[in-house]
Amino acid sequence: MSNLAPSAALAPALPVSASSGAAIELVGVNKWYGDFHVLRDIDLTVNRGERIVICGPSGSGKSTMIRCINRLEEHQQGSIVVDGIELTNDLKRIDEIRREVGMCFQHFNLFPHLTILENLTLAPIWVRKMPKKEADELAMHFLAKVKIPEQAHKYPGQLSGGQQQRVAIARALCMKPKIMLFDEPTSALDPEMVKEVLETMVSLAEEGMTMLCVTHEMGFARQVANRVIFMDAGQIIEMNEPEAFFSNPQHERTRLFLSQILGH
Amino acid sequence: MNDFTTWDVFRNLLAAVPWTIYLSLIAFAGGAAVSLLLLCLRFAFPRAAGTPVRLYVQLFQGTPLLMQLFLVYFGLALMGVQTTPLFAASLCLSVYSSAYLTETWYGCVLAVPKGQWEASSSLGLKHWQQMLLIVLPQALRLSVPPTVGLMVQIVKNTSLASIVGFVELTRASQIIANATFEPFLAYGAVAFIYFVICFSISLCGRHLEKRIRI
Ligand SMILES: Nc1ncnc2c1ncn2[C@@H]1O[C@H](COP(=O)(O)OP(=O)(O)O)[C@@H](O)[C@H]1O
Ligand SMILES: [Mg+2]
Repeated sequence: MSNLAPSAALAPALPVSASSGAAIELVGVNKWYGDFHVLRDIDLTVNRGERIVICGPSGSGKSTMIRCINRLEEHQQGSIVVDGIELTNDLKRIDEIRREVGMCFQHFNLFPHLTILENLTLAPIWVRKMPKKEADELAMHFLAKVKIPEQAHKYPGQLSGGQQQRVAIARALCMKPKIMLFDEPTSALDPEMVKEVLETMVSLAEEGMTMLCVTHEMGFARQVANRVIFMDAGQIIEMNEPEAFFSNPQHERTRLFLSQILGH
Repeated sequence: MNDFTTWDVFRNLLAAVPWTIYLSLIAFAGGAAVSLLLLCLRFAFPRAAGTPVRLYVQLFQGTPLLMQLFLVYFGLALMGVQTTPLFAASLCLSVYSSAYLTETWYGCVLAVPKGQWEASSSLGLKHWQQMLLIVLPQALRLSVPPTVGLMVQIVKNTSLASIVGFVELTRASQIIANATFEPFLAYGAVAFIYFVICFSISLCGRHLEKRIRI
């Protein structure tokens, strides 16, 4: 599936770093769009340093679930606790959580009117109140990390899709988040650019970042995930370590989905 | 017949050009000021201000500018309020432009992709920061072509001020046509002058558009 080299630094799954309480805890979460029940009794605990891959058919509620975690969507029932803070309508808490949770989108959503450097420094300057010079240095550090420091003064429209997505990752990292959410970060990319983005994500995983990643890149899942979740019709159908998940799926729907996604 | 040359016709028409331009500028500036105010209200209090603003826009878009001009100029006179043609024309053109500008600019803000809001939310920016730093700069770029189009409309609409006796280009051309008995020359010349003004505005707009392309 993935274009990643099979032999990577990470063995099947990395050890979870020492935990001090869960990073994310969803208990009995339900959500409706009007009459449409999009999330049904979601229970999920993500430990610190843990990497979870979420897969499932289109429309199964994967995006909605991870978007509830940083309140891009509101849930109606159950509780979501992120980094020890429970999500309520309290705007202060929402802001506090958003400062700790970075997100990458399928379509990058870079700010087209700002240079790459300005894209990266915007939030540190306005949200973290960092002096501009310090923010610039921080931004250059992360641009170097995603391997495109030479693009700092270009505009997003001048970059390839893969470069834009790496900028988006760097932009999120500039806020020094404790948790990263990815919503199909490679599915809008041309095949030849998938690899560079996945490599960036693998190196993030190697550093122990807590990651929740919606993706159908099963090679990536095998390589870095501690657990793989299969969602269908708003429910978590199955959750297991990657080895067991892929070799021995328990549910018929999971088997069907995997056979479609793996193409045999 | 008399001895008006073509140049005399043009010279007299050109003398009226500044009035058309003043009136256009007043209408645009007044309209822009009112619509910025209405937009602020609409975005700050979407529930309370949404309906009144929409009604205002519908009302002034849905009635002919000519009727608004008659109502203000002759209506105010009937109520014993003295107005001048310039005042009546400025007021009506401003209000009329404000309706279109409000609608257009509101659309430009809404046209900024939802993903821009989401990305800036996910970074922890506050609503006013998202508006000021992310959405408005992009909406401004989007607004250039339709705004230029509206400016051209405003210039052409100033011709209606001739109805209440204000001497701008159109009124001047009527006077000249009557004096020279050469309506074709007078109206042809005035149409050409309008075209030059409007075409210059479009050219400037296109230049501006190129410079601020995203
Ligand atoms: N804003 C919305 N209003 C109504 N329905 C929505 C909205 N967003 C998503 N949906 C519906 O919710 C379901 C789950 O969507 P989503 O979470 O995006 O699925 P996935 O990411 O798994 O493809 C889909 O059927 C979708 O049509
Ligand atoms: Mg999705």
